Amino acid sequence: MKVLLIAAGLAVLACAPFAVSDYGLGLLIGAVTYVTLASGWALFSGPTRYVSLATVAFYGIGAYTVAVLNEALPYPLVLISAAAVGAAIALVVGLSTLRLAGIYFVIFTFGLAELVRQLITWFEVNVTGTLGRYIFLDLTARDIYWQMLALGAATIGLTAWINRSRLGLALRVVGDDEVVAAHSGINLARTKLIAFVLSATILTLAGAIASPRFVYVEPAIAFNPTISFLTVIMALLGGANRLWGPALGAVPLFLVFEWLSANFPDTYPIFLGLLFIAVVFALPDGILAGLEKLRRRGGEVRA
Amino acid sequence: MTLLAIDGATKKFDGLTAVNEVSFGLEAGEIVGLLGPNGSGKTTLINLVSGELAVTAGSISLNGQRLTGRRRDQIARAGIARTFQLVRILPSLTLIENVTIPAVFGPGRRTVAEAQEVALEALKQVGLSEMATASAADLTYIDQKRLELARALASEPKVLLLDEWLAGLNPTELAEGIALIRSLKESGITILMVEHIMEAVRALCPRVVVMNSGRLIADEATETALRDPHVIAAYLGEGADA
Repeated sequence: MKVLLIAAGLAVLACAPFAVSDYGLGLLIGAVTYVTLASGWALFSGPTRYVSLATVAFYGIGAYTVAVLNEALPYPLVLISAAAVGAAIALVVGLSTLRLAGIYFVIFTFGLAELVRQLITWFEVNVTGTLGRYIFLDLTARDIYWQMLALGAATIGLTAWINRSRLGLALRVVGDDEVVAAHSGINLARTKLIAFVLSATILTLAGAIASPRFVYVEPAIAFNPTISFLTVIMALLGGANRLWGPALGAVPLFLVFEWLSANFPDTYPIFLGLLFIAVVFALPDGILAGLEKLRRRGGEVRA
Repeated sequence: MTLLAIDGATKKFDGLTAVNEVSFGLEAGEIVGLLGPNGSGKTTLINLVSGELAVTAGSISLNGQRLTGRRRDQIARAGIARTFQLVRILPSLTLIENVTIPAVFGPGRRTVAEAQEVALEALKQVGLSEMATASAADLTYIDQKRLELARALASEPKVLLLDEWLAGLNPTELAEGIALIRSLKESGITILMVEHIMEAVRALCPRVVVMNSGRLIADEATETALRDPHVIAAYLGEGADA
């Protein structure tokens, strides 16, 4: 029943491009992209509570891989290459940083995104001699939407599967208490690394799929830190520990930000900051948990 | 046959030697008390055995299999389970989930379905089976301690390390706690317990090892140790008129 409902929902979303305007399709692509980013981020950061600000590092790496390879390889191979580059970098980064706890991990991941951006800028200026790159791919907006929708659906499906697996159980224990996890027989390094690499690969693919929309790519566009912050707020708003939480947070916030950035282009970052604070204060466990608490309180009153 | 062998275990923190060439063994099925005044290195020794800390020198082995140099999770899978001096539960999980985890990831490597049965049995043993689906965060202190013990038991360990598991209990709870550990003894498990409550040590441990300033100063029958002038001096200070 539930599976049928989800399949029907997916079918409706897949047909949506035939019913909306170009502007509407643009909104759909943006919303689905953020659903994918927030869900992919939460795959690792939700259960383990390691808040990563490296989302845009991987998203940008995906976009840049496409920018570099789009004329050299057929498109499916470009996507596979992007996923492989993202996974390889996540593996190296994960091996060296997953020992860091709490705030140190947050700062490191933020630094990582900046580091990747500066390295690419340096390389482009000093070695290739150009800062910007063009992506000419024969893809329509609909193609991009369908690809992103498929990636988003795969991400939520993968998360559902992990939640029911031993890996999911191990990740939740890691999030609660790493000392207990280790003394219970859980291999901390491997558990965190698998989830981090899976999450990073999804984020990289999202960047790769979204990039043909940019046409022109340069480090400041591909590695915009706002993307990392938005992803975190969206996942937290919906509830990073729940399967549908990140998606639920991503859609309304994306629409709000679209509207704000169109109507208040200069003051829009202020709203971003206010919203961040509001989410953390009012709904630390997300909307879904907040609703449950309300319902439970309502139940008690009636009883 | 010696199940757990500690051989010359030493731990240095910068200038301080917290555990100094400690050697003793546990026979299978034994319950041994680990005594000593505060700061004598008891918890550090427990941390060395469970892999929370790495030894500076010496070796620790289980059933002839070397544990030193291995990670905490590998040591847990080899069959060493522990509780913590300051209780550590998993607050966002239910009781049954808390206890299922070591059954899944510990030495038994059980499937989740099997592990839940083991976990329920462990919860029954400590008297918490009726609250199996409650959240661990809602438990009282004594029940958190019970939960921690159930979690250690559910890993089906060869050796159980209890770090002041009976501390902080009222007299009724203490009597229950002692009866609970005694019931474990009958199941054939081997236990090393750090304990300050002499009533419990007398009731449960036929043998004790005593530490002072990182060194082992006694390894003998409990009644002998508690009359041993070295042991009394360690607790009351040198020159105390015992």
